[in-house]
Amino acid sequence: MEDLTSREDACPQLLDLIPNERYWLMVQDAGGGRGSRGIGRLDASEEKKLELRLGLPGEVEEERKPSVLSLGFFSKTPKTTSINPCHGAKRGVFEEVESNSEGSQQQQEEGGFFQLQSRAVSEKKWSLKTYQQQSLEREEAHVAPGNPTGPSTNSQTRTTSLPVVGWPPIRSFRKNLASSSVKQSVEHENGNIEAKAKAENNNKGWLVKINMDGIPIGRKVDLKACDSYEKLSLAVQDLFLGLLEAQKDTCASAPRKDEEAKQAFTGLLDGSGEYTLVYEDNEGDRMLVGDVPWEMFLSTVKRLRVLKSSDLSALRLGAVCRKRAATDC
Amino acid sequence: MTEEDGGDGEENKDVEARWWPPEAADGGRLGEGPSGSGAGGGGGGGVLADAPPPFSDQVLENVLENVLQFLGCRRDRNAASLVCRSWYRAEALTRSELFVGNCYAVSPARALGRFRRARALVLKGRPRFADFNLIPIDWGALFSPWLTAMVVTHPWLERVCLKRMTVSDDDLALLARSFPSFRDLTLICCDGFGTPGLAAFAEHCRNLRVLDLIENDLEDEVDEDVADWISRFPETITCLESLSFECVDFPVNFAALEALVARSPSLRRLRVNQHVSLGQLRRLIARAPHLTHLGTGSFRLELVPGGAGDLNAADLEAAFLASNSLICLSGFREIAPEYLPAIYPVCVNLVSLNLSYAVITAEQLRPVILQCHNLQTFWVLDTVGDEGLRAVAKTCKNLHELRVFPFDATEESEGSVSDIGLVAISGGCRKLHSILYFCQRMTNAAVLTMSKNCQDLVVFRLCIMGRHRPDHVTGESMDEGFGAIVMNCKKLTRLAVSGLLTDKVFEYIANYGKSVRTLSVAFAGNSDLSLKYVLEGCHNLQKLEIRDSPFGDAGLLSGIHHYYNMRFLWMSSCKLSLGGCNEVARRLPHLVVEVIGNFPNELDSDTVHKLYLYRSLEGPRDDAPPYVRTL
Repeated sequence: MEDLTSREDACPQLLDLIPNERYWLMVQDAGGGRGSRGIGRLDASEEKKLELRLGLPGEVEEERKPSVLSLGFFSKTPKTTSINPCHGAKRGVFEEVESNSEGSQQQQEEGGFFQLQSRAVSEKKWSLKTYQQQSLEREEAHVAPGNPTGPSTNSQTRTTSLPVVGWPPIRSFRKNLASSSVKQSVEHENGNIEAKAKAENNNKGWLVKINMDGIPIGRKVDLKACDSYEKLSLAVQDLFLGLLEAQKDTCASAPRKDEEAKQAFTGLLDGSGEYTLVYEDNEGDRMLVGDVPWEMFLSTVKRLRVLKSSDLSALRLGAVCRKRAATDC
Repeated sequence: MTEEDGGDGEENKDVEARWWPPEAADGGRLGEGPSGSGAGGGGGGGVLADAPPPFSDQVLENVLENVLQFLGCRRDRNAASLVCRSWYRAEALTRSELFVGNCYAVSPARALGRFRRARALVLKGRPRFADFNLIPIDWGALFSPWLTAMVVTHPWLERVCLKRMTVSDDDLALLARSFPSFRDLTLICCDGFGTPGLAAFAEHCRNLRVLDLIENDLEDEVDEDVADWISRFPETITCLESLSFECVDFPVNFAALEALVARSPSLRRLRVNQHVSLGQLRRLIARAPHLTHLGTGSFRLELVPGGAGDLNAADLEAAFLASNSLICLSGFREIAPEYLPAIYPVCVNLVSLNLSYAVITAEQLRPVILQCHNLQTFWVLDTVGDEGLRAVAKTCKNLHELRVFPFDATEESEGSVSDIGLVAISGGCRKLHSILYFCQRMTNAAVLTMSKNCQDLVVFRLCIMGRHRPDHVTGESMDEGFGAIVMNCKKLTRLAVSGLLTDKVFEYIANYGKSVRTLSVAFAGNSDLSLKYVLEGCHNLQKLEIRDSPFGDAGLLSGIHHYYNMRFLWMSSCKLSLGGCNEVARRLPHLVVEVIGNFPNELDSDTVHKLYLYRSLEGPRDDAPPYVRTL
C-alpha cells in the first residue's frame, strides 16, 4: 500500500480503475425504495470505506494521508471525509489520467488494486449491522473538520464510485429511462411483443414488494442490486431484521436479540430455516425462490413473500400442481 | 399549551397575543402559522368564546364576512385574521380553502374546528426528501385521521388535494361515500392505495369533476388483483372535467376509457398512462376535440404480431389538427419519434409542453420547438443536449419555467447538457421564473450570466450530479456562481445548490438571499459556519433541507431563534449528535424534533443520522413508527 504514494503519477491511474470496476457496485441508486434502508445504508458506508483519497505532490504531510492508506484495513478508524469538498483541479487530473491509461506501472497497480479489493470483499460480509459496523458507520457519519487553510488550496482528490441513497435527487420512476429505452430500441428492430413485455417489466425498475409473515409493514427490495439468490437472501434479512427485533420481546439484551433474529433468516432459500422465501410470478403462481436460474427469476418475479416454513408445504404443493397443469395444456 | 389557559368561556383580551414566543417573531412570518392560516389568537376554537357578540358587532361581522369572502390568498387571510377578534372570526368563517403545509403541525380537530365552512382541504405530509428514499416507508402522514374528522364536521366538502401523504383504499372508498358534494380529488406523490381504491372511488363519487393522480406510488397488485377502475365510473353522462392517471402503471380497459370519454362532455384535461397506444390516443382525441390538456400516454404504436401498426401518421396529424384547444401536452412515455411531427398543428398554441420522458435528440426536437412561440412551461430530457436548448432559447421568448431532467441519472454519467446550454437559455429566455437543471459540467460564468439575464428568477435549482464538482473550466468552487444568483435575482424564493461549495456560498446566501424561503443543500459547505450564516441571515427561510454536509450541533443551535418561523428543517448524514438535538427540543417546546434511524436500536447511539424538526401545536405525534424518536 505504501508503494502508492511514491508513484504519484501512478496513483490517479489506480483511482481510474475503481469507477470501471463494478465488483462492489452492489446496490444501484436508491437501494430499493424506501423500504430497503439496510442495503442503502450499507452501501453508503461501504462506499466511504472504499474511497481513496490522495493529495497532489507535496501534500504528503496531510493528516488524512494515513487514513487513506489504511482504507483497506478496517481495524483503523478512518475519519473518511467523504463529504469533504474536493478542491483544486481534481477533475482535471482525472481527465488527463483517463487518457493515458497505458502505463508500465499499470501491472503493479492492479496488483495493489486487487489487494485492496480483496480486503474489501473479505470485510464485506453481509453480516448485518453488527456493532462494529454500526460504529464504523457512526464514524462515517462524522466528517473531518473543514479545511482550515481555505477552500481553493485543498488538493484532496476523491473518487466517488459507489452510489449514494437518493442522489442524484431524481424520483424513481424517472430513473429507469436509460435501461428501458435500450430495450425499446431492441423492440423496434424485431417487433417482438415479448421484448415489449420485458421492457414494461423493466420500466418499473427492479423494485419488488416483499412482505413477511407476521409483520404488517411491507418493504421493497431492489433486485438489480442482488445478482444472485445469496445476495437476495441477505438483502431480505437486511430488510426485516430490525422489524423482527422490534416485534420480539424487548427484554432480551440487544446483542442476543440480534443473534436470535438472525437465526430466523438462515435457510431462507432451502427451506431449512424458520422462514422461507417465496415469490409470485407474472402468472400469479407462488413459487419457491431458488428453483429457476437467476435470470429467469428476474424476468418473472412480481413480488416476494417471506413465509413461515411450517406454512410452506401446503402452499408449495399448490404451486407445483398449478404449474404442472399449465404445462399439460 | 398556553392558549388553552383562557378556558372555554373566557374572553381573554390577550388571546390575540402571538402564539409564537416573542423572540421568534423576527421573521415577520407570523401569518404563516402551522396550518398556513392565522397564527395569532390561539389555535383552538375553544378559546374563542361562543357567546354571541353585541348587536353592532354582529352587523360589523356580517359586513366583514361579505368583504372577506373575496380574499383568496391565504397569506392575506392570515394577516386579516390577526387584526382583532371580529376579523379573526369572520375570516375563519369565510375561508373556503384550508391549506395545511405540514399535516402534523396542527391536529384535524383544531384546524377543522376553526374553519367550519371550509369546502376544500390541501394537505402536505412527508418532507420532500421522501421522494428520494431518505425516509422509511412507514414514517407517517396518514390521511385517515383527517378524513374521519371531516366526515363528521365538514359534510359539504368538495375538494381535497394531498401531497406526499399515505391514502389507503379504504380512505378512497370512505371519501367517495361520505361527501355528496365531493368533486375534486388531486393526489400528488402519495402512496398506500391501488386500483381497488380507485375503483371504489370512481363508483361512488357521483359528481366527480376532477380526478388527478400525479406521480403517485401505487400499490403493486398481482395481475388478478388489478381492478378495472375505469369501468366503474357511472354509466350516465358524467361531469368529468379532468382525468389524469399517468402514474397508474397498469393496463387500462380501453373500451371503457373510450366510452367514458364519449359520455363526458365537459372533459377538458385527459392524461392517460403509457399503456395507451397512439392508435388508441387518436380515437380518444376524436372523442374529445375540446381538450385543453392532453397526456399522450406511450406515443407509440401498439405492437401487433407481424409488426404492422394500427395507425398512419396522417390520421394522427389530422386528429391533432382538429384539437385546436390544446394548450398543454405531456406524456410521450415511450415515444416513437417519427410520429412527433403529428403535433405540429398544435405547437403554436402550446403554453406547456412536457417531453421529459421522451428520449429524443436535438434534431428531433428542433422542428417542434421552433413552432412553440407561446410556450411558457417546458420540461425536457437532457438527451436534446445544449443544441436542443439553443433551439428553445431561439424560439421560446416567453418561457417561464424550464426543467431539464437527466436521461442517465447517475453520478458517473456523461451528461448531455452543460454550462453552454444554460447560457443559451439565459440569453433567449429573459422572462424565466423557474429553472431546474441537471448536468455534469457547469461554470460560475454561466450561472453568473443567467443571474444577470434572468432577473425575474424566483426558483433556481441547479443539480450538478457528480458530487463536489467544481467549475469545470477554472477548477474553482461554485460559490461565486450561486452567489451571483442571490445577489442579482432579487425575487428568488427557492434555491437548490450543488457542486463544490464552501462556507462562502452560504455567506452569500445569508447576505443577499433575503427572500429565500426554501433552500436545498447537499454535499456542501465546510463547517458549522455555513448553517449559522443561513439560519441567522435568511429571515424568510421556511424550509431547509440538508443532506451529507458537515454541519453539527453548533450550527443547529444557531437557529433556535428562527425555528418557530419555519415549516421544517431536515438534516441527514450531517454531523449532529443527540446532545445537540436534545438541546433544541428542550429549549423549544413547541417544536417536534424527530430523530429517524434505520433500525430502532440505531436511535440509542449518539450520532443522529436523520433529523426532522417542525413546529407544531400538538406536540409529538402518536403514530410514529419505532424508527422515529421524538425528543
